[in-house]
Amino acid sequence: MLAVSAGAAEYASIPGGSFSSVLPPDGKAASASVAAFRLRTLPVTNGDFLEFVRAHPQWQRDRVAPLFADNQYLAHWMAPLRIDEAQRNQPVTHVSWFAATAYCEGEHARLPNWYEFEFVAAADETRADARGDVAWRERILDWYARPSTALLPDAGTGAKNFYGVYDVHGLIWEWVSDYASLMISGDNRDQGDPDLLKFCGAGALSTQDRENYAVLMRVALLSSLKAADTTANVGFRCAMDESGDT
Amino acid sequence: MTGSRYLLMLAALCADGYGIAAAPPHLSQQLPGDSVYRLDTTLTDQDGGNFKLENLSGRPVLIAMFYASCKYVCPLIVDAMSRIDRALSGDEKRAVHLVLVSFDSERDTPGVLKEMAAQRHLDTTRWTLARTDAAGVRKLAAVLGVQYRATTTGEFNHSSIITLLDSEGRIVARTARMSEQDQDLLQSLQHELARNKGAGADPGR
Repeated sequence: MLAVSAGAAEYASIPGGSFSSVLPPDGKAASASVAAFRLRTLPVTNGDFLEFVRAHPQWQRDRVAPLFADNQYLAHWMAPLRIDEAQRNQPVTHVSWFAATAYCEGEHARLPNWYEFEFVAAADETRADARGDVAWRERILDWYARPSTALLPDAGTGAKNFYGVYDVHGLIWEWVSDYASLMISGDNRDQGDPDLLKFCGAGALSTQDRENYAVLMRVALLSSLKAADTTANVGFRCAMDESGDT
Repeated sequence: MTGSRYLLMLAALCADGYGIAAAPPHLSQQLPGDSVYRLDTTLTDQDGGNFKLENLSGRPVLIAMFYASCKYVCPLIVDAMSRIDRALSGDEKRAVHLVLVSFDSERDTPGVLKEMAAQRHLDTTRWTLARTDAAGVRKLAAVLGVQYRATTTGEFNHSSIITLLDSEGRIVARTARMSEQDQDLLQSLQHELARNKGAGADPGR
């Protein structure tokens, strides 16, 4: 069993590669490619985040600048520096993109980008890409259908996936570094009328992968958030380049 | 002294180490909570000088994001900022600061930015062209509500937004209209300039 306690977080090596993303880089069907990187095996927990906040008081909920977090930031904690013991190993939620970004910087890491997350999220316990398996897709969708009022399980209690990463599905949604730009076309031929935002909206999504509802829901949810927003379901984990640099 | 206080002091001391226009170390403590200048990102201007966003405080700022090799939209962003600038009186011009920050951390070196300023005849006593690292670009885009994505050919698709910040870095107004004058934004800017003058703020940086 994995160590969930304090100390250096564990990162799994992800080999990277080309894969078919719901957000093709060219807006059509091109494969996305991901360089080798490392991903935290567990989402950041309340206990982890409490240590961070202790070391960086500007991220306490009673001190954080409104620019960086809304008024629900860490609202589930008992006090600015106090959590319920039962919360310690649960994934932290009610954290903004800014707070998640700052935490990862404190871990000499960064947030994963969307392609990195999607690449790892394609795996089940035994296969790097299980997305073609209808039964697996339905298992994930079951989670999305569960009410979110249920008590959040501890991080790392589920099965680890092909890469040794836990809880990619089934616990929380996760911030990615480029969450705000997922619906923007990556095709430079879409640059045109300067008065229009360079979105292609739903057109950025590949229609070839429309069975992949779970991933599409993730894109839709993340795209609806602002960087200071916090919700009861969105947490995060950190990533690093394979060299260990950020 | 508690450990956390010590860290805060240390952070304040470090923040004082930035060259050209270092703000007093206590300044960030006084900034409003919703000030964009709370962002602790280090930028580099077209002359290679490092600065923090809070160094821009003291006068209204028009700020936008762009990249130098951009062929389609970015020249229009500069045009739109110049158009607003041209509508100001001489006194007003001297009291506003125009800032362009690049998306392109890789290619937009100070040298590239300086060249662009020269090509576009931008007076760098009033305009600042700046770059920062990729993480800084993400954060600045987040606080300004600018969305962008690198394209497969190494360009950037992005929303085009000019933001007006008051003298303390709060967002007062913004526009996405690039091909004609946004009168509302111009009025907001003139209002801010009058307010700032009334407050007796020192226009010199």
